[in-house]
Amino acid sequence: MSGHSTYVPKSAFGKWFESRLPIMGLIHSSLLTFPNPRNLNYFWTFGGILAFMLVSQIITGIVLAMHYTPHADMAFNSVEHIMRDVNYGWMLRYLHANGASMFFIAVYIHMFRGFYYGSYKAPREVLWILGVIIFLLMMATAFMGYVLPWGQMSFWGATVITNLFSAIPGVGETIVTFLWGGYAVDNPTLNRFFSLHYLLPFMIAGVVILHIWALHVPGSNNPAGVEKKTEKDTLPFHPYFTVKDALALVVFLMMFVWFAFYIPNFLGHADNYIEANAAVTPAHIVPEWYFLPFYAILRAIPDKLLGVMAMFGSIAIMLFLPWLDTSKVRSGNYRPVFQVFFWLFAINCVILGWLGSKPAQGGYVTASQICTAYYFIYFIVVLPLLGLFERPKPIPVSIADSILGRSGSAAAMASGAAASPNTKG
Amino acid sequence: MKPVLTLMPKVAAMAIALGLLAGNALAAGVVEVPPRNTWSFSGPFGTFDNAQLQRGFKVYREVCASCHSMSKLAFRNLAQPGGPEFSEAQVKTLAASYQVKDGPNDAGEMFERPGRAADRIPSPFPNKQAAAAANGGAIPPDLSVIAKARTYERGFPWFVFDIFTQFQEQGVDYSAALLQGYVEPEHGIEVPPGKYYNKYFPAKIISMPKPLSDGQVEYVKGADGKPQAPETVDQYAKDVSAFLMWAAEPHMEQRKETGFRVLAFLLVFAGLLYFTKKKIWSRVEGHAHGPAF
Repeated sequence: MSGHSTYVPKSAFGKWFESRLPIMGLIHSSLLTFPNPRNLNYFWTFGGILAFMLVSQIITGIVLAMHYTPHADMAFNSVEHIMRDVNYGWMLRYLHANGASMFFIAVYIHMFRGFYYGSYKAPREVLWILGVIIFLLMMATAFMGYVLPWGQMSFWGATVITNLFSAIPGVGETIVTFLWGGYAVDNPTLNRFFSLHYLLPFMIAGVVILHIWALHVPGSNNPAGVEKKTEKDTLPFHPYFTVKDALALVVFLMMFVWFAFYIPNFLGHADNYIEANAAVTPAHIVPEWYFLPFYAILRAIPDKLLGVMAMFGSIAIMLFLPWLDTSKVRSGNYRPVFQVFFWLFAINCVILGWLGSKPAQGGYVTASQICTAYYFIYFIVVLPLLGLFERPKPIPVSIADSILGRSGSAAAMASGAAASPNTKG
Repeated sequence: MKPVLTLMPKVAAMAIALGLLAGNALAAGVVEVPPRNTWSFSGPFGTFDNAQLQRGFKVYREVCASCHSMSKLAFRNLAQPGGPEFSEAQVKTLAASYQVKDGPNDAGEMFERPGRAADRIPSPFPNKQAAAAANGGAIPPDLSVIAKARTYERGFPWFVFDIFTQFQEQGVDYSAALLQGYVEPEHGIEVPPGKYYNKYFPAKIISMPKPLSDGQVEYVKGADGKPQAPETVDQYAKDVSAFLMWAAEPHMEQRKETGFRVLAFLLVFAGLLYFTKKKIWSRVEGHAHGPAF
């Protein structure tokens, strides 16, 4: 997708076809010869892992949909039918349910990789924003997917989350009725959630194509945070990164298999094996683990509307990250003060997740408020100011230099830092 | 994988030690943590004990089934591999001893016929209202997936250890404990008429009367004329809980076996990829040991 295809078809048919649709050349230039920074570490393998997980979720999901019944009276039983009577139905369902969690583990590592190495900075702002859009679509897809088994947590999770929209002044109630397709979460809600749960993954796939396209314009960022300049800085995608990505993927799959085959219900809730019942509210309504930090932010704020705004704001703020971070140095490796705040931010997110699983009372609320405050302070105060006050360590002159152990001089740092925003690789 | 496997016994020991501490700490409070049992089906190579499941089914049929349905289970499931593994003939006879509602027939009428292996196990009550009316307003829950629908909170850090030890028998431990949890109420607790006190039930006041007593269910006798297992409440509770675990997860054995094969394959594949990757990258200057972070 970077345009410099060196592909020469060998066969006569290949030449005939390539002159009409140059798709082989596109694949050749973007998957085989594409020059990748040679210093990428294993945190750069999660893009490939995520692509695999999306395909895996779509395949298991399509087969599950062949056996699932999206009706309020039959959904719960049809899931048990899949678990009991469909050949390998238990495997499909556990792979799909745990696959969602694995997808989020991978996406969070992928995002924190971006946070740490400044992958969102120029010239990759659009690439980053597309990523945030994918993340939002993933959350919507996962939320609606969790409703489909029509267990107690499905039902009450759907009730709590859709009710958030009622906080919008004036039109809130109308929006909620529209989302429900009625005056409560019921069969119409389940039907539309199923329809959208089937639709959104293909929208994700579309945005993923744009994401990869935007990636292939400047190429990948790298741990040194300096752009590739000469051929010495890069290695062809194949075989160097195909084999590395494959190794990482297989190790990741081992963790996936551990969960899906040995502890398939570890990440779920026991309450979701009780059929949905509008008359009985579960003692604790808790979302899936990957939503817990955002759930904690929602509940940290006593006012409903402000809580909802804070929750959505905590994701929306990522869209502005490329401009909130004012530092000219891209990689966190060369920003000693940033590193401290970054790791505090990471730990803060984990604590928020833990708080999200606790009842909203007493000390938990106070702790949630402190953590929510830091979450936003990191974006709004720390990142803009650090760029102005922090003295970064010298950055390497080139990727090749960083690998071969030659450290950059102060002069190189200044020129590298000044040049990086305009570098197009 | 290797470090994880070598660590597992240590982690397990730690988890158990900490679990015991927590058990002592909580005994003084309100939440009663169910005691941990040794189950044949726990761990990566766990399998169900057919004889235990058969005994458990007998307890279910003679005691629980008078109030609790098991609507997702078909008679044929009782013969499938990895379950109680009754013979096909036994299942046919068993099914035929039930009357199943069928129809409408050619005359447009519903009729009753003897059950067949393909039928789901008939429920004791025709609907929820009938179940509630017969049980003082409480609906006895369906037991098909109850072993997965009940749990107790493990808390930090035990839930982290559970990933590595594969401890996932909270539901079945809870069920075995609940059936034996009928004790004298704590001082000062009023038990309303028609309700009972159970120390493992989260709300403590439960609608189900004490269901099991010693000698209530007769177990199949061995060659020596003695029953297969002791006819005690403790044994009944464990056997029927094991049966409920199987009912909730009838393909568990196949799942764990498949998981082991997949994991073994991936382990070998990862090893091959590791050496391939090392070989390919060894050509690159400065990458003898892979890139630093």
